[in-house]
Formats: sequence, structure tokens, C-alpha cells
Amino acid sequence: MSMVQPDRLESGGTIDRGRPLTVNFDGRPYPGYAGDTLASLLLANGVRLVGRSFKYHRPRGVLGAGAEEPNALVELGVGARREPNTRATLVEAVDGLVARSQNRFPSLRHDLLAVNGLAHRFLVAGFYYKTFMWPASFWESVYERQIRRAAGLGRAAAAPDPDRYEHVHAHADVVIAGAGAAGLQAALAAAAGGARVLLLEADRCPGGRLAWERASVNGRPAAHWVADTVSRLEGMDNVRILRRTTLTSVYDHGVTSALEQVAGDPAGSDPALPRQRLWIIRGRRLIVASGALERPLVFDDNDRPGVMLAAAVRSYVNRYAVAPGRSFLVATTGDDAYRTAFDLQDAGRTVVAVADARPHAGAMAEAARERGIRVVNDALPARALGRLQLRGVRLQNGNGAPLEELACDCLAVSGGFSPDLTLSTQMGERPVWSETLGCFLPPPTTDQPVEVVGAAAGVLELQAAFSGAVDAGARAAAAVGYPVPADMPPATAGSSAPSDAPALPVRCPGRGKAFVDFQNDVTADDVRLANQEGFASVEHLKRYTTLGMGTDQGKTSGVNGLLLLAREQGRPPEQVGTTRFRPPAVPVAVGAYAGHRTGRAFAPIRRTAMDGWHRRSGASFIEAGHWLRPSCYPRGDEDIAGATWREALAVRTGVGICDVSTLGKIDVMGPDAAEFLTRLYINGFRKLAVGRVRYGAMLRPDGHLLDDGTTSRFAEDHFVTTTTTANAARVLAHMEYHAQVAWPDLDVAVCSATEQWATMAVAGPRSRETLQLAFPDADLSDEALPFMGFLELDGGGFPLRVFRISFSGELAYEVSVPWGHGEPIWCRIMAAGAPFDITPYGTEALSVLRIEKGHPAGPELDGRTTAADIGLGEMFAKQKTGFVGRLLATRPGLADPHRPRLVGLRPVDPAGRLRGGAHLVADAKGCGIEDSQGWLSSVCHSPQVESWIALGFLADGARRTGEVLHAVFPLRGETVAVEVCSPCFVDPEGSRLRG
Amino acid sequence: MRYSVWQLVKQGLRGHTGWPRMWRDPQPKSSYDVVIVGGGGHGLATAYYLAREHGIRNVAVLEKGWIGGGNVGRNTTIIRSNYLLGANLHFYEYAMKLWEGLERELNFNTMVSQRGVLNLFHSDAQRDAYARRGNAMRLAGVDAELLDVDGVRALVPMLDLDNARFPVLGGLLQPRGGTVRHDAVAWGYARAADALGVDIIQNCEVTGIRRDQGRVTGVDTTRGFMATPRVAAAVAGHTSRVADMAGLRLPVESHVLQAFVTEGVKPLLDTVMTFGAGHFYVSQSDKGGLVFGGDLDGYNSYAQRGNLPAMEDVMAGGMAVLPVMGRLRVLRQWGGVVDMTMDGSPIITCTDVPGFYLNGGWCYGGFKATPASGWCFAHTIARDEPHPLSAAFTIDRFHEGRLLDEKGVGPNPWIQ
Amino acid sequence: MHRIDCPWCGLRDEAEFQYQGDASVAPPPLEGDIDEAMAAVYLRENPRGWHQEWWHHVAGCRQYVRVLRHTGSHEVAATGWPDSRLEPPA
Repeated sequence: MSMVQPDRLESGGTIDRGRPLTVNFDGRPYPGYAGDTLASLLLANGVRLVGRSFKYHRPRGVLGAGAEEPNALVELGVGARREPNTRATLVEAVDGLVARSQNRFPSLRHDLLAVNGLAHRFLVAGFYYKTFMWPASFWESVYERQIRRAAGLGRAAAAPDPDRYEHVHAHADVVIAGAGAAGLQAALAAAAGGARVLLLEADRCPGGRLAWERASVNGRPAAHWVADTVSRLEGMDNVRILRRTTLTSVYDHGVTSALEQVAGDPAGSDPALPRQRLWIIRGRRLIVASGALERPLVFDDNDRPGVMLAAAVRSYVNRYAVAPGRSFLVATTGDDAYRTAFDLQDAGRTVVAVADARPHAGAMAEAARERGIRVVNDALPARALGRLQLRGVRLQNGNGAPLEELACDCLAVSGGFSPDLTLSTQMGERPVWSETLGCFLPPPTTDQPVEVVGAAAGVLELQAAFSGAVDAGARAAAAVGYPVPADMPPATAGSSAPSDAPALPVRCPGRGKAFVDFQNDVTADDVRLANQEGFASVEHLKRYTTLGMGTDQGKTSGVNGLLLLAREQGRPPEQVGTTRFRPPAVPVAVGAYAGHRTGRAFAPIRRTAMDGWHRRSGASFIEAGHWLRPSCYPRGDEDIAGATWREALAVRTGVGICDVSTLGKIDVMGPDAAEFLTRLYINGFRKLAVGRVRYGAMLRPDGHLLDDGTTSRFAEDHFVTTTTTANAARVLAHMEYHAQVAWPDLDVAVCSATEQWATMAVAGPRSRETLQLAFPDADLSDEALPFMGFLELDGGGFPLRVFRISFSGELAYEVSVPWGHGEPIWCRIMAAGAPFDITPYGTEALSVLRIEKGHPAGPELDGRTTAADIGLGEMFAKQKTGFVGRLLATRPGLADPHRPRLVGLRPVDPAGRLRGGAHLVADAKGCGIEDSQGWLSSVCHSPQVESWIALGFLADGARRTGEVLHAVFPLRGETVAVEVCSPCFVDPEGSRLRG
Repeated sequence: MRYSVWQLVKQGLRGHTGWPRMWRDPQPKSSYDVVIVGGGGHGLATAYYLAREHGIRNVAVLEKGWIGGGNVGRNTTIIRSNYLLGANLHFYEYAMKLWEGLERELNFNTMVSQRGVLNLFHSDAQRDAYARRGNAMRLAGVDAELLDVDGVRALVPMLDLDNARFPVLGGLLQPRGGTVRHDAVAWGYARAADALGVDIIQNCEVTGIRRDQGRVTGVDTTRGFMATPRVAAAVAGHTSRVADMAGLRLPVESHVLQAFVTEGVKPLLDTVMTFGAGHFYVSQSDKGGLVFGGDLDGYNSYAQRGNLPAMEDVMAGGMAVLPVMGRLRVLRQWGGVVDMTMDGSPIITCTDVPGFYLNGGWCYGGFKATPASGWCFAHTIARDEPHPLSAAFTIDRFHEGRLLDEKGVGPNPWIQ
Repeated sequence: MHRIDCPWCGLRDEAEFQYQGDASVAPPPLEGDIDEAMAAVYLRENPRGWHQEWWHHVAGCRQYVRVLRHTGSHEVAATGWPDSRLEPPA
């Protein structure tokens, strides 16, 4: 392909001319080279118009060359990989890259919403707070819809992100953010004594400006020093350099995070690689060397495509061999931009003039004149001319008196440099204003684990940056115990003229639209208006005008905005202050923070020992916390209700088996174990005999129910308690608190055994026979194993525990074996139960069985109920000694006898359908929330009762047995007449479970 | 000056030089009938209703920084009244009604956007719990709809229902819930209160509360002493510290709650959605950014910034349900300091110290309450007795055991 | 991100711990004065400053660690056993 790149220079740059490539922008192919960014490639091709602004849809071009870019935002990629708002200045060009301009319709050149710009007179900061109020009904139906339609810049992908993101954890003694001159120098010093140094560079090449600036270090081109230093550092075992990695966030205790754009393909289509990596770094010292940001000038129509930051123009020339124009004007308040003029001239481009805001010519102006470049002192831009492309600039003097109009197609502006404060102030420190440098500096960091060096500290002069970086690097290493080499000379910067003090950039006199925040279309007039209306704080300014709230995070607008505000108020900038910098320093993809935790990998899955059997047997599964439990085992084309009905009925009439391994199990051991449990539960355990099991309930310290379960005594000093599945972790922590903190005098230890024991419930009238066949040597008679007793058997080289406890109300057992034996024992019982058609049952049938028996579970233990509420009032009252929660359970609100208490409910019409969450009222007509006397907490369709039944809570509860109430469910417009009954629907005498 | 589109045109033609200050910058007077500590949403709303509803206009609102700089400017802008317990339901529904008329009441467009608040559920037990709540709402005259999974899909087409770790069974929707432009609430109340004569005094920190024989007599501030018989604290996040000046110890801990916003994108999500299993909630702002958050960081803190573990959890929660978020970039991460009470419900009350009134303990639900909080607190201050709508929000409820624990987690604020 | 120096395990990430609240209040009594129990369960000093607190090393040794931490800066001054006395820096 031999397409011409009209603004590509014949030679120079660090691009690889041997590797041509083509990218597609807005449907057109453009040629470029490896090493280009999307921005440099478009500029090389003469593309000036690349985007539209947020509010006025003004035409915009590339302003900068890095993360500060507010204008050149594109949608990168297509389909599920479409990435909106991507700064063209940060996108590495690769062959086949597809990008599209955004926030325009129908096209970039002809954007209909540019009509907003015509109404700009009325669309000032905060105009929407003052209008759209009449007529009232129009707000929701008309105005708000329009506002929301106009929202945003780019379009998010319409499908789930297909790419992968990784988290990487790293440790370092010294973390250095930025591998420019100061960062490289600091790394050398820090690493010399052996400290582990992690050096992070956002760009693909280290060196910062020195990688392309026409400067000399140690008497050679600066780029050579960069290459030498990088290879020296990379030769050291204790140094690691991460490229394309931006340190974005500073957290507590030395933890930082950084984002790595994985090499090669910004579109992320190589399946072998993650798209990005989030580095989570535990560092002992942090050195911030993230450089400085150039400020634009604020003048009328300063947003025209072709107005660019001066240092950015220079980087395009030197790094990418692109001259973004033919005829250049440089407008500056300081010395640095002169170098742009020189480099442009040396690249063969016309430099019309340098307009220097300072009234007197300095050394750089002299140098310019020697080169034949015209310098106009006391000159500022008054207005940029042109619309889709700059065609000239009108100049004025500092008082606003018009000077001349100069034709040019690129204006390189420099309003001075602001240190990048985004990292050095994230922990809340306030930056300090420097009158001499005309910028905010990071706060002093004496005694802090953070140091700031180079331009990030306001040190723009190269030699000073080298020296400061050596000191800082050595200091950081020494602070964490590494020796500082005696002789560590800084690099020697080539001679440069001393800098003259910059002029303070303020609003260049004018009456038109002068943009401060390009992306959000905040103008100097908006700043004035905000102040006029009383938004005097810089935080108010930001919130009222949206200044600095765009995707560029105010990198080019923040300081200019507050300087304008300071001028409006006649106050020095330090009194105005800055808004607070918050992480991340550059925007970071949500996917990078989530890492691998997407979709099903969002949370870990816990599976029981019998999980494989369940799956092979066609179980449906349900989440129980992180556990997956079988909900039922449908046969053929059975639905869940059918399977549940069959399984529950099997337990009542034959025998069923259920995996209950997820219940929490806690070993409580020690001479004081009985005393410990007696203090934790509302019922005592001192007198529980070895070999016996007891049901118990425990309260939170505030007197509400925490959990319930069974506790078995294995020895005088050994109990095993069970918890509900949901509360296992909380109960364990509760016990540990009391063992370690509250009662350290008790000799007791607790330990979770949930995942050590696989447990299965074997329930139903044929359960004893089944187990007898499974374990023929065991004596399972009533005498040997009575209700609420247990046996420890030998399972064949491993312990096997058989508890005679029942959740279903049937003759039932729980068999516990070491986890790894779970499935074989399950299979052995299945085989033994085959003559009785043993039926595996899941949580659905389990729930039916417990509701039929009136046993409370999660919906009844909702954190607001008391022991008395679920029918344990007598148990609560009986214990003689104190226990956790008892005192506060006596408060009037908890002890109120009229509280809603657990009841059973059944529909008056047996065909009536009950639903959980219905409220109980006396009269369904016109009832309000005050008429609600209770609610239905658990419902099921009971095969035993052959109708829907429910557990619920009802004011005055059990005393109202026989009353007819209405279960109202306004969400579905249903009302069902229900009769209050005992919560125990099956075998209230309990004869079945005693078998 | 009355705001309207005509005014905007008129001022626009004059170059916008005629817009007056939204609120004055008065010198503090030596005495006030009521001093409100805290120039956030609640304090400013209280001042407005004191002046408007109770005719008490000699009122100062003291703000240690700039008004609206606390939690009214640091939240995720959600309004809703989808509560379970009667006292909360009535109170938050009253707030909702005030929101619905707020721009006309204040002549300031706070951009109330009733785009719906959807809570997802993932199990039958959760569905029953949400049904109980939704039925309570309906019984209390609040709008609520129970959606099945198809209803959820229709409302949020971007939701990933096929690859979810916790499959979505449905959701509880409050159609009238939504969002409000948060900063505008502070400014709108400030402007309206100022117009009624209230002094809004910024950069004025209260350093002490003076009492004589137990009764409040005034406040010491960084801008001098101000005599007043009534001091009303509305300093969410810092309630314990101000109460301490009046000698009170509270059932409150200060915690940090983070929120996040992405870069602006074209309309993507048309409702407010909460994903309980992942502790994640999200809406899209009028500027296009997705605004979202999750759980507390989970330790006592007065720092207005959070840490990485909580952030990772929130992002993972987002990716679990809205995987289109993957390529959207987080623009800012910030933290608000919230008063967590021991039952998760607020406090609006007279206190044992005569002349000292307390409004706090908003946990992470303060923003949506703002109008009703101001309404009820103004009543409490003016009449020296609780408003019926906030009568349950006392400190005594802890002694009485009449807790308002919506989540049922008990006195463990860090896991609420 | 907090890094907590567990007296058993050494310096560990915040994510390994479950915060368990104010350690300056004694556990509520099991019997006796209800006001004492009220204060222990509900009332908090809630200082902006040095704060004694429990961090439960749930993903480590499962010990309750007493931590002296600043609620403004998040700085940790000291950690110790449950019965240790931790003094704020002078």
C-alpha cells in the first residue's frame, strides 16, 4: 500500500518505517507505522477533526499526546469489544485497528446536535437547575428524556466483555511510578544497595520526554542515556520494570495498584493473553515520578482543531515524525515551548512566530531570533479562527489591545506546567501553591513513605531532577534498611539556558467562548457565573459547572479553572485550593478491577462430598450461600413440584436420604466445654450425658435469635454442635469471640469441622431397617440408640457416627463420616435401602417436611425474632444461670407478649393457594399496613395435609388458634381466608420419630 | 429572583451578568433562635422547613466547610421508599412525596428522575422476603411490583441472566423510585432557606456547645460564639463528635462507604438496580456515567476514602450481573463517612439535654430521606416533640427493645 | 488496603480479616445490670483518632487480634493478643 501520509516527516522519530500498517477511522483506511499512536497516525494523515464535545458538539481535534487528552476520544473496536471514550493519544496503532468518532450524528463533519452550540448563549453552567420546571408534567415525560438521550459520549458494547483480566500481586521495597528522567535515576539509586525496586512506566518505552527530546545527558543524546540506564536496571536481579503499566491508585499501608495494558494488541483479540492486568502492589516506599502536565491557554475559540499543547506538538515531531500542520504559531507563557518552535523549524516547517506573554525577551527569545524565528513579546492569542480546522490566530497584548492576525494551521500553546498531583495527594494531603513556579506542588513528604521527584515535584530543570532523584532513591532504600552506596553521582544534563520565570496564565482578554474544560464545554464565563452565583469553593465550582469531571479528570482544566476562580475572587490561588484528587489517576476498566471474578466465577462454589452422585443422578441444584445443594431429583418429565411431592411422601411412607453436609459442624473441646455451651445457648449442657444429643438455640448479645441446632456430647470434654447452613461462619466467629475474648478463663477450644464430616439424613419409617442392612453389625435398637442419642461405629477403618435425630418428624438418623468416605457410604445406604425404594430428597422436600412439622428455619430466624417468637419461651425461661443475650432479651419490646409469634396457617378452602410474604389481616377490605397482624414466612403444598400450609407470625400467636384471618398479597391482588392452627401439622404427639 | 425559562432567556440576552447569588454570605449574628450544625442536605432542609412551616426564621446553618460537601454530595443519588417496617415505610414514603413536588416547592430543578428501583432476588426464600416487603409497601399505599425473570429482562436487557453465579428469579420494583441530582438538593434548599432569611454560614466549625444548668445556651465556633436556646445537629458521619460536645454517647459508629462512577456513555441502563447477592447497586446518571457502589469497607473510619478489597468486591458484583461494564472505565472512586446505628435505622429526636436536638444515624440511607428528615426535624425543634412520622426514630428504642432492624443483622454495623 | 500485623501469623492483608468492632468495650455481662449490657452492646465512643478494635483473622489463625488503629489516617500503631494493652503513640 502506498498511500501518502501528508504530514509525516521524511526522517526521524522512533516509529518503525519498516513495519507499515493500516487503521480504519470512521470507515476510511489510513496508513501508518508500528510505533504510532492512533493520534499520531491520524495527524500524519492530515486528519484534524477527530471528535465532538459533550454539550455543544463543537468540532475538536487532538490537543495533547498522552493521558491528558480531553478531545480525541474514539470508540475503539467493534461488537462486544467496542470500547468507548478511548483516548486516541494512548492507543498503539496496530494493523487492522478500527476506531470510530463519537457523540455526533449523522457524521463527524455534519453533526446535527451542533445546533446546541447556537443556543450556547442560554446553555450556561447549571442552566438546567433553573428551568424545565414548567409545566410540571413535562419534566418526566419530555425534558428528562431528552436530557438523558443526550447523555454520554461513546457507546458501550452491547454484549458481555469477552476478554480476560488478571490480577497480579507484587511486593517491593521501593515502588517508582514513572520511568522518565527522574524515575530512572531514582531507580538506579534505590536499587544500588540491593533494595527490590519495581519501576512502572505508563508508556511502552521508558524515558519519558528524554526518549525523544533533543537533549543531551552525560554528553550524549538523551535517548542513549535512557537505553543504557534501562539495560543497566534490567540487568539487576532486584529490579523489575513494567512497561505500559500506570500506577493509578494509592491506598493505605503502602498498597498501590497499577494497570498494565498487555502488550501487542490494544483491541485484545489474542485469546492467549489477558487484555489488561491489575497489579496490586505491597510496597514499603513509594517514589512518585509521574511528571507534569502542560496547561492550555484560555482564549476565545481556543478549542479549534489545530490548537495543540506545545510539548505535545514537539513529541509528535520528534517521536512520531509527524508535523501536525504546515505553518505553526507558538503561544507561550514560558520558555519550554520555544523548543517546539526550534524542533519544528529544524524539521523544515514554517514557524510564523512565537507569541510570548511576557513583556520582555529572555534568553530563549534571543535564541529564537538568532534562528530567524520571529518573537512577539507581550502577546497572547485573542481568538482562534476557522471552524473545522484552524486557519489563523488573532493576537492581542496583555491588556487586550489587538495586535495582528497571523495565518497558521497549528497553534502550539503553553500555559506552563502543573506537576501531576494525582498520586501524591490521593491520601488526602493538600497541595501547596508555589508563586515562583506558578503551580501547585505536592505537599512536603518528610517522614512519609512517599517521595515525589522530578517534574511531578515541580522540578522542571533536568539537572536538578537528576540530583533530587538520586537523593530520593537513596533515602527510600535507606529507610527500608538498604545501604546507600557512597558514590552515586547523578547523570549530567547537557547545558541549557536558565529558565525565565513563566507568566501566570489567566484568561486572555476576550468576550467569546474560551474553554477551560474542553470535554465538558466549561468556559471562562461559566467559571465567572458560578462565582457570581455564590459557588465560591473550588468544589462548588466543579460540581456546578462540571469542570474537571470528564474522562480526562481535569488534567488540562483543573488548574486553569481554579486560577480563574482565584482571579474572580481576588484571592491568591492557595486560598482557593484544589479539588481533592481521587483514585484512579487514569480511568481503569471495571473488568480489570473484577479480574477473574466474572459470570459463574463471581463467587466460589462449595460442593459436598456426594456432589458427584447428585449430578449423576440428575439432581437440580440450588444455591445455599456458596454451597450448591440438590433441590430435588426429578424423574423423567417430572417438574420440581412433582418431584418434591414424591420425595416428601417417600420420607413419610418409606425411607429417604438427604445430603445435609452443609450444616455447620463445630467441635467444642476442653474441660470447660459444657460450661461454655451453657453460657452460649439458652438451654444448659452441663447435664447432657455422654452419648446424648440436645436441641439448642442461641441468641445474639442483643437478645434476638442467632441460630439453632443440635449438640452432641462425645465425652465429658468434647461436644459437637451443628449450625444452620447460612449461619455456620457467624456462629463459629461468635464462639471464638467468647472463647478468646469474653471468657479467656474457660479452658475450651472450638474448631470448625463442617468440611471434615459428610453427613446424610436417613429418614422415614423404614430408615432403621435401611441402616441395619447397611451396617449389619451395629445395634440400632431403641435401647442402644434411643431418640436423641448417637453411636460411634467403625465404618471399616474410619469413624462413622449415627445420630438419631429428626428434622422431618419421622424416625430418622443422621450418618456422619469423614468427608472422603461420604459418597461410598451414601451409596452403601442407597443399596441397603433399595428394597424399600429409598428415595434421595433435596432441599425442597426437606423444606416441606420441616414446615409440616413446624420447625423454624431461615425465614423464621430472620434476625428480628426472639426465642419466644418461635415457641422457645419456656426453654428461655427455664435456665437458671445467665447466657448470652438474656439480659437484653428482657427489654419491653422483646418481651412483649403481644409480639407476632409462630403459628401454623391453613387455607379455609383446601384449594386455596398460600404464598410466602402475604400479610395477615382481619378484614381484607381497605386494609392498611397498620392492619397487618403478621405474615406468612414459609409455605408449601403439603402432601400430608393435601393442601397448602404455612408457617407464619401472628400477633398474640398461639392464643388465636382457630381464628379465621385473611392472607392478603396485594402484589398479586390475592386474598385467601386462612385458619390459625398449630405450626405442627403432622404427628403432633411425636410418636413417629420415637419409632 | 424566580427561576424560569423566561428568566434564562432574559439573563442570557444580557450575558448572564444579572444572576444573583443563590445564597448570601452573611456575617454571623450574636444570637439565633435556632442554630443548625451541618450545612448538608438534612441541615439545609431543616432550616428551610423551620422557616417555611414553623415561621422560625432567625436561624443559622453552620457549615465547617462548604455546603453540600458531606454525604449529600457523596452518595449514589438514589431515592426510594421500599421498606419493610411500618415506621420506615411511612417516613420514606413521605420523603418520596416531597421529592415529587420539590422543584416547584423550591423553584429549583433537582432533576428528580423516577426511573424505578429494582431489587433482584435469587431464591424462593428471598422472593418471599421481598414479597413480604412489597406487600407491606402496597398496604402502606406505596407502589411496588413483583417481577418474574421475564419482567426483569424486559426492564434491564443488559442483565446477564444466562451465566450468573446466582441465577435471577425475579425482582421487586418500585416504579416511583429513582435518582435525584444530589448537589442540587443542597443548593436548592440553601437558596430557598436563604430567601426566607436563614443565615447560611460556611467555613464555620462548631467547637463546643455551651450549657447552663443543663440547658443549651449557645455554640462556640471558629467564627465566634453564637447564643441560642436550641442547637440542632445534622452532621451525618460526625454525629458522635457533635453529640459528645453535648455530653451524649450514642449507639453509632462512623464507617466509610465507597461509590464509583464510570466514564459517560450513551444510555445503557434505564433503571436503578440492586443485586443483593453481590452487594452491588447501579444507575446511570444524566451525564451518562454508571454510578455504583456496594458494601461498607467494614471498619470504623472518618477518612473519606476507601480501600481496594471493598472496591474489588463491588466491581466483581457488577461484572457478575452486567458484564457489558467490563470495558467501561472507572473515572473516580470516593468515600463518604456514614453514621451506622446499631439497628440500621436513623435517629431524629429531642435529647436528654434540653435544647439539643439530634438528627443522624442515617447509615447509607440518608440522601433519599432528605426532605422528610428536614420536615420532621424542623417539627421536632419547633415543637420540642417528635413528629409522628419520626416518632419511632428515638434513641430510647434501643433501651425499649423496639428496634427498626430492616436487615436483621443486629448491632454489628460493619456487616449491615 | 489495611495490612494487619497478626501476632500469630505476621503481616497480612485486610482481606484475611473480619473486622469485629470496638475493643474498648468489655463484653456484656450475662447477668446483673441491664444498663451495663446496654452500654456494652450499643454505645460507642466512636472517636476520630486512635481506636482499639478487633480484627478476627478468619482466613488465617482464627484468633481475635487487638488492633490500635487511627480512624482518620488508618495508621496502625500496634497489634496484640486480646488481653494486651496497646498504647497510642505519644
